[in-house]
Amino acid sequence: MALRLSRMALLGFALALVLAACQAPGGATPAPQKGRAPLAPEGTLLRKIQDRGKLICGTKYDIPTFGYLNPKTNQVEGFDVEICRAVAEYIFGDPNAVEIKEAISKNRIPFLKEGVVDIVASTMTINEERLKEIDFSVVYYVAGQSLLVPKNSPINGLDDLKGKRVGTVKGSTSEKNIRAISDQKGLNIEVVLFDTYSEAVAAMDAGRVDAVTTDDIILYGFVRQEPDKWKVVGGRFTVEPYGVGVKKGEEELLEVVNTVIRELKSSGRWKEIYKKWIPSDTVPEPPPDDWRAVSQP
Amino acid sequence: MSTADVWHYLLLGLWTTLRLSLASMGVALALGTLIGVLRVSPVPPLRWFAAGYVEFFRDIPLLPVLVFVYSGLPKAGIRLPTSFDSAVAGLGVYTAAFVAEVVRAGLQSVHRGQIEAALSLGMTFPQMVRLVLLPQAFRMMIPPLGTVFIALVKNTSIASAIAVEELLYQAEFVIGRTFADWPMLIAFLLYLVITVPLSGLVNFLERRLRILF
Repeated sequence: MALRLSRMALLGFALALVLAACQAPGGATPAPQKGRAPLAPEGTLLRKIQDRGKLICGTKYDIPTFGYLNPKTNQVEGFDVEICRAVAEYIFGDPNAVEIKEAISKNRIPFLKEGVVDIVASTMTINEERLKEIDFSVVYYVAGQSLLVPKNSPINGLDDLKGKRVGTVKGSTSEKNIRAISDQKGLNIEVVLFDTYSEAVAAMDAGRVDAVTTDDIILYGFVRQEPDKWKVVGGRFTVEPYGVGVKKGEEELLEVVNTVIRELKSSGRWKEIYKKWIPSDTVPEPPPDDWRAVSQP
Repeated sequence: MSTADVWHYLLLGLWTTLRLSLASMGVALALGTLIGVLRVSPVPPLRWFAAGYVEFFRDIPLLPVLVFVYSGLPKAGIRLPTSFDSAVAGLGVYTAAFVAEVVRAGLQSVHRGQIEAALSLGMTFPQMVRLVLLPQAFRMMIPPLGTVFIALVKNTSIASAIAVEELLYQAEFVIGRTFADWPMLIAFLLYLVITVPLSGLVNFLERRLRILF
């Protein structure tokens, strides 16, 4: 009996040794931090990210200016991806320590809640309704509805649209907004509806409509593809303040993201990123941090 | 948007669908008959052209044809003024291929003796087609033409993609405003308002002309 017990103890000891050996390289002792974020307390999401050694960031894959899976390079690129890389650089000292996952409008909030991604930068407008579900960083971009017109068009803004034909997509917010503006300003705009923005732009190419309207970041995508053909005019006549989404209650991570965005804005790197991805003649000042301060024009 | 408004837009859409259907039928019948006759013409190049036409339009989907007429042709300087005109042209040209096949089958179903009789009377090919073959072939063509035209009425819905304000366009428009589903169901039923009487008309003509035979 005693022999059997000691044998089992020996076996158990050997097993424990093997397990310890397996765990040794990672696990409880994290790799030394090269980034600027101090090691976060156990149990926080930031600590989990630091232990893992890379950030998992959700972006869109179909918006050429913000998050776009470039078929030529097979890399995801855009404004939102730059934000993810800046956060990774802050945490790890390496902008490449990031894994991009596709997060579309429908699944991005569940992804945060379930921990599929650590943060979401996917053209997401900050609003009260979403603030009940997740936390938002400070504002990193203010998008808004604008106008796409041919490069040689005399249209410079909403007031030039009197009696003109403006294309957009069926059932979109843009359709409602342009009708409301037309009524309000007495512009008598003829709104022409299509199934997709590509079809609306093709119709404009054929001279069927005088302008196409929707969020500027989508319009800038068309300018990126054909810079000699199109321009965005008229400023923004609705306001969509974008923020990075973080799971509720992860203050350490939220603080890191906020610090990164504030530094991007104050150091001038924000303007560089803007210039790189938004094909506009002028580079605006970075937006204020508080989304409520971004007033309706 | 009130329920009355929804009905207003749907009925406007129905009216446009009806006009679009009739105008496209006119183009398809005229062009299709011509192409169908060319299919049996004694001149080989004309036969080849007609066969190529039928094969081309029968084998491609309708949506690209409409988008091409609406957004593509203006770049080549061919510009039909409105989206409605573009849809009539696209639907007409497309459906003509199907009409042409019906016409060819009808012409070939006329008894060979009729052709020999017409030729022995010294008729030219156009005379023979117009005076002998088509009047007899028309009877045979009625049921398949009915099928082609009913398909045409349903195909008009594709014109919503090029912003023709027909029934489907208006249904999608009011749904975008009200977030209600029922307007789409009503739109489906309103298509029947056109197609069921059309079916009835075809059956009626078929019966009437059979008595004359």
